Amino acid sequence: MNDAAMDAETENQIAGWRAAILRGRAVDAADAGELEGHLREQVADLETAGLSGDEAFLIAVKRLGEVDALTAEYAREHSDRLWKQLAISRTDDEPRQPLVVMLVFAALAAVLIQVGRLLADIPGTDGMWFVRDLGLFVLPVLAAYFAVLRRMPVATALALFAVVAALAAAVTLFPFEPDSATGILVAIHLPIVLWFVVGVAYVGGDLRSSTRRMDFIRFTGEWVIYYALIALGGAVLLGLTSLILAPIAPDAIDDVMSWVLPSGAAGAAIVAAWLVEAKKSVIENLAPVLTAIFTPLFAIMLLVAAVGYAAVGIGREFDRDLLVVFDVLLLVVLGLVVYGISARDSGRAIRTMDVLRLVAVVAAIVLDVLVLVSMLARVGEFGFTANRVAALGLNVLLLVNLAVTAYLIARVLQGRPAVHVERWQTGYLPVFAGWVLLMVVALPPVFAFA
Amino acid sequence: MNIDKDLVAAMATPLVLAILVEGENYGYAILKRVRELSGGELEWTDGMLYPLLHRLDRLGYVSTEWGASPEGRRRKYYEITETGRAQLAEQRRQWDTATRTLGGLWGLAAPAGA
Repeated sequence: MNDAAMDAETENQIAGWRAAILRGRAVDAADAGELEGHLREQVADLETAGLSGDEAFLIAVKRLGEVDALTAEYAREHSDRLWKQLAISRTDDEPRQPLVVMLVFAALAAVLIQVGRLLADIPGTDGMWFVRDLGLFVLPVLAAYFAVLRRMPVATALALFAVVAALAAAVTLFPFEPDSATGILVAIHLPIVLWFVVGVAYVGGDLRSSTRRMDFIRFTGEWVIYYALIALGGAVLLGLTSLILAPIAPDAIDDVMSWVLPSGAAGAAIVAAWLVEAKKSVIENLAPVLTAIFTPLFAIMLLVAAVGYAAVGIGREFDRDLLVVFDVLLLVVLGLVVYGISARDSGRAIRTMDVLRLVAVVAAIVLDVLVLVSMLARVGEFGFTANRVAALGLNVLLLVNLAVTAYLIARVLQGRPAVHVERWQTGYLPVFAGWVLLMVVALPPVFAFA
Repeated sequence: MNIDKDLVAAMATPLVLAILVEGENYGYAILKRVRELSGGELEWTDGMLYPLLHRLDRLGYVSTEWGASPEGRRRKYYEITETGRAQLAEQRRQWDTATRTLGGLWGLAAPAGA
């Protein structure tokens, strides 16, 4: 009846079985321990009923289920583990994405961006439209790549295409004034709108699933990391190229730059997405690690900033550039929190990290409130401009999100499940999407394209 | 009798939650209780219970605690939470409707007061 009674043979078999379920990495050591406990009790019960150790083991293992089916089920439930190590069962039912498809789409993006650049270079035209429409040359290609990869239904794909076409038509036909503020705002917001289009393609049109949306948030984070790494490599390559060319063909440097740089940057967007998906690599756990390193550092930085600004006051010098910095900072904090929460292992949640997250979010709220107060004062004094509407809106959206996030993290600290934080964030995505869309299609006409 | 896989899957959550209402319990004992209740007719791949329990944990329907078996082996205990009880009540309403509806068609007595 007890463990000691199991003979060496059975012990060996159990050890082999345990190694097999751990292999896929969807089952962690604690889960394996739980399953092993189950197996042992079952074996013991069967032995009590008169079976030999060998027979008992065979039946107990059969009752637990095929190792593959079992680990696949764990992978479904713990998709974060799957996300970290995309090793399981993919090889059987889904062939690895063909490299060729990725290369075709990367080449397409690289060519399109050159077409755009050459069009913008035609003398007598205002090149500003190219800056504004830059995203349109790359991100729809990425969306199309995912639409193909996910075998999206034709109707959904066409609808998505229509949305992109309508956006392209709108920003092209809008009669922006030269150096207009709304034009710059469109240049900032259009890529984000298009990123949401990529998101729709990424989840294969399955918009309602909170898990899929969370996958997209993770994808976004990892894509940024991969893209940054590729960009670093590209910068080294181009830097060395120009140094090498300088003595022999100094005139060629500009040509190389204007051909290789945009195409490389556009193609890299697709390559980075492919890397995230295919997990070709060594750096699969990078995002959670980075989150763990930077959450405490950002918490300290935000705390200092919040105390500092609260003491000194935000002042009249608060200009647009600083505002952008603040908004980026708040978004980064949100990203760190969402990432950290989604990567935390419910079995071994680290309370300190949750406390740090709460500190970071509360400090971010303080900063956001300070910014909002200063902006409202300005609006009261000088009235609304396109820039102020954009800034005010985003900060209100962030404030609402951060406030609820802080509340939910506090609940997590009281022992409530972290899934609510994820749900809140994934549920909030449409709000962000709607807002950036408004910024692109509604704001310019309202402010007469000034 | 071979019960359809989808039906077993649909029953799994309320069944496990209802067993946990009887008191805190651990995996193997929960499965033994399932066998006992169904008279062995509800065949369930044992291992699948655990991913289900983990899902219930993630959704906050159960809380977990590590304890030890009499032999000193680590054992994970599951306890139903208030949210879990509310969820069970909701599922029970749905199952009542389902059985009442089918019972009406098949001329079975509707489960009284349930």
